[in-house]
Amino acid sequence: MTALDTAVADPLSQHLGRGRAVRNRVAAVAMYAAFALAVVPLAWILFSVLSKGFSAIVDAQWWTNSQRGITIRTPGGGAYHAMAGTLIQAAITTLISVPIALLTAVYLVEYGRGGRFAKAISFMVDILTGIPSIVAALFIYALWVTTAGFGRTGLSVSFALVLLMIPVVTRSTEEMLRIVPSELREASYALGVPKWKTILRVVIPTAWSGIITGVMLGVARVMGETAPLLILGPYTSSINMNPFRGNMAALPTMINQNRTESLSLAVERTWGAALTLILLVLALTLAARWLSRFSAVRG
Amino acid sequence: MSKRIVVEDLDVYYGEFKAVEDVSMSVEPRSVTSLIGPSGCGKSTFLRTLNRMHELIPGGHVRGTVEMDGHDLYGAAVDPVAVRRVVGMVFQRPNPFPTMSIFDNVAAGLKLNGVKKKSLLEDTVERSLRHANLWDEVRDRLNRPGAGLSGGQQQRLCIARAIAVEPQVLLMDEPCSALDPISTLAIEDLIGELKNDYTIVIVTHNMQQAARVSDRTAFFNLAATGKPGRLIELDDTGTIFGNPHEKATEDYISGRFG
Repeated sequence: MTALDTAVADPLSQHLGRGRAVRNRVAAVAMYAAFALAVVPLAWILFSVLSKGFSAIVDAQWWTNSQRGITIRTPGGGAYHAMAGTLIQAAITTLISVPIALLTAVYLVEYGRGGRFAKAISFMVDILTGIPSIVAALFIYALWVTTAGFGRTGLSVSFALVLLMIPVVTRSTEEMLRIVPSELREASYALGVPKWKTILRVVIPTAWSGIITGVMLGVARVMGETAPLLILGPYTSSINMNPFRGNMAALPTMINQNRTESLSLAVERTWGAALTLILLVLALTLAARWLSRFSAVRG
Repeated sequence: MSKRIVVEDLDVYYGEFKAVEDVSMSVEPRSVTSLIGPSGCGKSTFLRTLNRMHELIPGGHVRGTVEMDGHDLYGAAVDPVAVRRVVGMVFQRPNPFPTMSIFDNVAAGLKLNGVKKKSLLEDTVERSLRHANLWDEVRDRLNRPGAGLSGGQQQRLCIARAIAVEPQVLLMDEPCSALDPISTLAIEDLIGELKNDYTIVIVTHNMQQAARVSDRTAFFNLAATGKPGRLIELDDTGTIFGNPHEKATEDYISGRFG
């Protein structure tokens, strides 16, 4: 009798092969180890930022005041100027990048169809993805500041961030549009709906929550970028809401400013700004989740 | 609300590849014409040329003419989008729009083409759902997602969506192949009712279904893999299944191949 015959005769009498059981256990252990490897640093970062930054942000002044007139020896003041700067820069960046990235992705998925032009664009997006942020910043510095003669403002920071955000949002939107089943497009075409309207009213709404998630990933990335700020957005301790003129503070530069000081007030502000940045990204992500519900896939 | 379609010397290509060759046939108004044949024989491809859906695949084009009541569907001035408003389609897998409610799914064709008047939309949705024998099952939950219905209900929803734009012709590409027998029966009954108003062309792999629902049957076949599919024979359904002229048809329907 062969092994197969035995199995057919009485399948339940067959116990799980020893080799398979061992391999299963080894794979499970490896999986949990990999999980721990990923989670431990994350938990560690969250814990240290929370424990060291918490005391700074519980002060109400932190959310309402700037650091104007406050030295590293005087307590008080807040991170309002830096939060405002970061949010303004991120907003401008998002406003410029998202339309470009969305249209690029729509072209690549719906119109380009792997043609030569689409391949070239796709290649450019790949290159853009690999550009170090400091190179993007220097490019804008050379073009916008030295050549065109504009100042180092919130706007010039945003321009550099646009270069970093476009590829992230393009790639994620592309993926989301690709997984929209072609049956839905066909169903729409079969109703006599033109292509552009099908994309606008069927394809994009179906992919909407994924697109929003991609945009949020992009926003989170640019909010933490530091190199463009160092080159294009000098720190200031005062509130400046005008992205077109003057220095504009941002949370990463606030961290960097306080990081170099050894006094405990500065250390506390460093961690406080770091925690604030994390909380801002978290709040925006939650808001986006909530927002995407309104046009999400139902069922 | 139904039209006669006359196809003459139609070749269908995907780029250089000729998928269907030399089809000449007519589809009579207010009747059901079924297309049968083995896989790959080009019956679905041919079906899609009747509303120019095959052109969505890069390189898809035709030679020959398809005329609907004397109007050439492939005329130089004819917009494929306009053709699809007149020739609706139901697909193999039910494909309700996942972002839309039952109501919005049925109203989609009108809404996406700019109709905003609420009373008109409500009337159309009710009429279409009644016509698709779905109204009584969903009347209390028109605002629930369309994707939450059962497979058979979803397919009837898709039929309601297709007839809501009042096409002249309804194409069905294996509309029951993803459904259980009871849902299939419901759809077949529905086809029998719809033919009072529409010209229906249905592709099916199920010969009993073709025999049950259609007035006329067209048998497609291909000489070999990679060769274009051809129309072998078109006749009254009774003749095709009872006394076909061609040997290939007889072999196919009696299960000797395919």
